[in-house]
Amino acid sequence: MKLLEINNLRTKVGDKEILKGLNLNINKGEIHVIMGPNGAGKSTLANTILHNPEYEILEGSILLDGEDISKLNTDEIARKGIFMSFQSPEEIPGISVMNFIKYAKSKITGETPNYFEFREEVTNNMKELDFKESYISRNMNVGFSGGEKKKNEILQMLTLKPKLAILDETDSGLDVDAIRTVAKGIKMFANSENAVLIITHGTKILQGLDVDYVHVLIDGKIVQTGTSKLANMIEEKGYDIFRQ
Amino acid sequence: MKKTIVKEVNTNIYDFKNEDEYEYKIEKGLTKDTVLEISRQKDDPEWMRDIRLNALKVYNELSLPTWGPDLKELNMDEIATYVKPKSGKASTWEDVPDNIKDTFERLGIPEAEREALAGVGAQYDSEVVYHSMRMELMAQGVIYTDMETAVRDYPDIVKEYFMKAVPVNDHKFAALHTAVWSGGSFVYVPKGIQVEMPLQSYFRLNSPESGQFEHTLIIVDEGASLHFIEGCSAPKYSKINLHAGCVELYVKKGAYLRYSTIENWSKNMMNLNTKKAIVEEGGTMEWVSGSFGSHISMLYPMSILNGKGAKTEFTGISFAGATQNLDNGFKAVLNAPNTSAVVNSKSISKNGGKCTYRSLVKATPNATNSKASVSCESLMLDDISVSDTIPVNDIETPDIEFSHEAKIGKISDKTIFYLMSRGISEKDALALIVRGFAYPISKELPLEYAVEMNNLIGLELEGSIG
Repeated sequence: MKLLEINNLRTKVGDKEILKGLNLNINKGEIHVIMGPNGAGKSTLANTILHNPEYEILEGSILLDGEDISKLNTDEIARKGIFMSFQSPEEIPGISVMNFIKYAKSKITGETPNYFEFREEVTNNMKELDFKESYISRNMNVGFSGGEKKKNEILQMLTLKPKLAILDETDSGLDVDAIRTVAKGIKMFANSENAVLIITHGTKILQGLDVDYVHVLIDGKIVQTGTSKLANMIEEKGYDIFRQ
Repeated sequence: MKKTIVKEVNTNIYDFKNEDEYEYKIEKGLTKDTVLEISRQKDDPEWMRDIRLNALKVYNELSLPTWGPDLKELNMDEIATYVKPKSGKASTWEDVPDNIKDTFERLGIPEAEREALAGVGAQYDSEVVYHSMRMELMAQGVIYTDMETAVRDYPDIVKEYFMKAVPVNDHKFAALHTAVWSGGSFVYVPKGIQVEMPLQSYFRLNSPESGQFEHTLIIVDEGASLHFIEGCSAPKYSKINLHAGCVELYVKKGAYLRYSTIENWSKNMMNLNTKKAIVEEGGTMEWVSGSFGSHISMLYPMSILNGKGAKTEFTGISFAGATQNLDNGFKAVLNAPNTSAVVNSKSISKNGGKCTYRSLVKATPNATNSKASVSCESLMLDDISVSDTIPVNDIETPDIEFSHEAKIGKISDKTIFYLMSRGISEKDALALIVRGFAYPISKELPLEYAVEMNNLIGLELEGSIG
């Protein structure tokens, strides 16, 4: 069944129109990849789905489980089950990683999780992500390296358990090992009840993942959809062949 | 992005009034007769009466400060400087009249006393109505009593230390304080005695158009240690009230004193308070200060490091909302070798509130091999609020490590978006950021005060302490 359905989406940032009639359907149990050159609108798509107020929807609809979410506030969309991993996660002084994730979890589920069980879940996920356990009591992202911030995003994805996880260039700026860890996290997360939308430049993050669809986004529109082979072709030949 | 409303600091929990009942309320205004009448009411010894009369002269000679917030709303002719409550001095809460006892119950004082304090003093308007300390401290020779009792029972100590750290002519309100002082606490901790649990004095001003002028004098003798907590609040009235207290702290050789304050005066209060500590060789003076209330506050605690290796630390936060002008800061004088001063100050302003951090670091030529570091950070929650930093550094020795860091910031829309993408509402996101900003200060406060501070900021972060 359709989890996310985007119809004829047009958005602008400032005076500039970025998405120019984008359509996308994502079903439960699927992993989708969006690739495209800089400025094509990849991050705009992620930010628009989460209703970042800097991005204005001109036309079109975004449905989650059949319900139009395009007018909801970001926090409501998150509580409906959409998660976004940020390109540049924010630093929040004065609150620890553990307390932050626990707080977010309580907001999303509406109940405070049992501290000890929850802490165990978080530390287990940290182990899987090769993320030093001592970071659990450090201030949220403060003084973290780029790789650690991204691991923290994946940790939140695993622990908050959204229906749809959008990864906005989570692999950019990471070394090979860190990319592998992120891919491992995605693999741990993905199941038949949720879906993943990976926005990326590269193909390394896709290795070992069971990708269902690869979409090519150029100038605000999806111009081609295919299997993971399409990603390999892009890696080889670039985007020029898709430009008309 | 649309603008967010953060809760106004909720001082309403302190805003309950009792009838303005009193045993005696002096006529408004300040004359020689009022000072003499206060002295008569308090049954002062002659030497104290002379100190008061001299201070009145000094008060009349001094002018208002030419810097800082405008004090024109303060009219001494409209202030009653002495209000004697309908209560004696009790050593059990049963003996405190019900309406006054209820006031302190609502402020949580007796409860804190049972659970976490070694002694409590409670002042209502101009007089201390309750004072008590645990027996074992009494047996160790610790003295904790109201200032009037100290004048009567320990005149030699009071003569030696009263208005010595703060000279009468320090500024106009120090002189005013000296002329009309009433109530406050006197603490003496003998050599080598470690007071494990804190002592706490709470000051409540109930009477409208009046002033509170309590005097706190603490002497921590050689090698001894103490944590002293001071709290204050008042219900809100439409006319100006005045608080001009004075705190004098003496930290002897190798002694340790921590002085924590949470100030929640109502928004018709002029808080013109003076606090000074003199620290001797190897002594440590720590200040923890939360300033939330008052219409205008001018408060600059000061540590004078007179002995080799003396240390001081100041950790403070101010939160100014609409109609508030909080001009706070800290002064450190390094006047001996190997001394150190560490200042960590934060301020938050919103709804047109103004916070100014005004500081002095003075290092005399004696302060060789010393260190001073000042860090102040301000957060403005909207475009109409104001934040300012006015540091004065007067360094007279090259042999000192000195650093000063100031940051003024606003909350970025990106941070709010990030938090909202985690299911956190805009209001909660803002609260989380503000609380996180204040956390390095709130964690230094005694637990019940840290909780109070979080309530004050209106944060509803479940389970995020610790």
